[in-house]
Amino acid sequence: MTAATVPARHDSGNADLRPVPWRRMAGVTWRQHRIALAGVAVLLGALAVWLWRLGTPVHQAYAAAVACHPASSAACQDLVNVFNSLNDHMTGPTSIGGVFLQLVPVLIGAFVGAPLLARELETGTFRYAWTQGFGRWRWTLAKLLLIAVVLAAATGACGVLVSWYYQPYFATSNLGLYQIPPFVTLFSLRGVAFPAWTVTAFVIGALAGLLIRRVVPAIVATLAVYAGLAVAAGGFLRERYLAPLVTSNPNPPGTAWIIGQWWTKDGRFAFTGGNLPLNLVNQFCSAPPTGKGKNLPFGTFAQCLAPHGYTQWTSYQPATRFWPFQWIEGGWLLALSALLIAATIWLIHRRAA
Amino acid sequence: MNVVEASGLGKRYGRTWALRECTLEIPAGRVTALVGPNGAGKSTLLNLAVGLSVPSAGEITVLGGRRAGSPAALDGIAFVAQDTPLYKTLSVADMIYITRSLNRRFDQPYAHARLDELGIPPRRRAGKLSGGQQAQLALTLALARRPRLLVLDEPVAMLDPVARHDFMATVLASASADGVSVLLSSHVLTELERVAGYLILLSRGQVRLAGEVGDLLAAHGQTSLEELAMSYLRETTPEVTR
Repeated sequence: MTAATVPARHDSGNADLRPVPWRRMAGVTWRQHRIALAGVAVLLGALAVWLWRLGTPVHQAYAAAVACHPASSAACQDLVNVFNSLNDHMTGPTSIGGVFLQLVPVLIGAFVGAPLLARELETGTFRYAWTQGFGRWRWTLAKLLLIAVVLAAATGACGVLVSWYYQPYFATSNLGLYQIPPFVTLFSLRGVAFPAWTVTAFVIGALAGLLIRRVVPAIVATLAVYAGLAVAAGGFLRERYLAPLVTSNPNPPGTAWIIGQWWTKDGRFAFTGGNLPLNLVNQFCSAPPTGKGKNLPFGTFAQCLAPHGYTQWTSYQPATRFWPFQWIEGGWLLALSALLIAATIWLIHRRAA
Repeated sequence: MNVVEASGLGKRYGRTWALRECTLEIPAGRVTALVGPNGAGKSTLLNLAVGLSVPSAGEITVLGGRRAGSPAALDGIAFVAQDTPLYKTLSVADMIYITRSLNRRFDQPYAHARLDELGIPPRRRAGKLSGGQQAQLALTLALARRPRLLVLDEPVAMLDPVARHDFMATVLASASADGVSVLLSSHVLTELERVAGYLILLSRGQVRLAGEVGDLLAAHGQTSLEELAMSYLRETTPEVTR
């Protein structure tokens, strides 16, 4: 008859069981996800080399132009022209690299985040992982946080390199170099926003994987949710982070992000900036300085309409708000990420597998 | 002490009860066989015991009153799931590292000695091992945790007869030498004949029979486990198909 007792070594600590230390998840996470993390390293490394090779001549030309004395001499003007002639390869329509950089967060979300839990559920290895002594919610939390921190550090460094690349352009405030203000196109590739978007995409992927339990559908869902969030943020939320400034100056600062334009007459709203009534244009701007009325820049209309009591108003976000906006966007994205992580942990903790 | 105690335990998926009104006590120090046809609720009961799922009704405790799935329960139970899931892209050595890291106890010399004995090279990827070797690796990882209760879900269903024999020999050796309680499910009855001391017969989500194998055989006048189980399953068939 077998005794109902067990050998002494099994009886180590019953009630006051000390949990397995958190730090052990570092090695576990690395061994399980080294291929995915190596993929991220290769992707970001390639982008870094590309930015470095692109940025070096820009910086050299800028340094040469700045160092030149006297600035008004023909030789110095030549150097300035050399700098101005260097195209912005990042945001230009021909640049694949710039587009690729925009896609980095969602690629990481789809190919690192989505499989994280979906693969465990799809292949059944969660039955192994979640029955080990570490405990399944701790296992999930440790993995999510570790990888999120690594991704934030790597993409943060990448964002610094993007800032470095653009620094001469920012320093000269020479917006002729790129038609769209840097505020809009570059906003999410620099500073706090780039790592914050990456972490958010990663966490979206992880939660999608947990809910859908299949790798490929989870990847698709991650792409869709991320795209929706990015469009909502870029097209709607971002311009509302702080109330825009309003000016009646027909030429708002060139570095500003123009939100909207409208006209008033005698203190009352007349029409929006993009919707100039043709009869007014034909009546008052009959002899425009150049070209036809339709193609005139706004400033020209301001000149010919102003004497007749019309005032042009412009709402804009000044360039000085770049960093406040970065922190606002980074803040709400990280808050959203924390919320999604909490939801993931809660689901893991209580879910019926 | 009982390694598993359930009272009024039930598990529902959608509107279907996979397990219903399950009340049982599984004694420690035994090899307990959980038998029944496919879909009888064997995996459901084991998943509840190891804390992978949450009961819809009733309750289940393990290792003398610990809540199933609690840290104290996970610490003392090793589970080898159906089809022995392993990280196929990781090496055997990595699987050992991960299992050691995720548990408070891990007998690494035992794991290495055992794999050496089985001729499983540590550098080989888990996915490249044969089915029998994968099962042996999963079992070795589970036993190296030095559990008080080893739970095996259909451990040999996918194995050839030789691998099946080797696997069960390992289980039996640790049960008798180290006093590990074993709870294993199977729908293949013949292999349980030699090993099981305690039997639980499940069908259609309900416990039909539970007790010491010797007592059950004597009480029902049967000579083998298979006959006993078959007679019970046939008996309950009219009720089941109703």
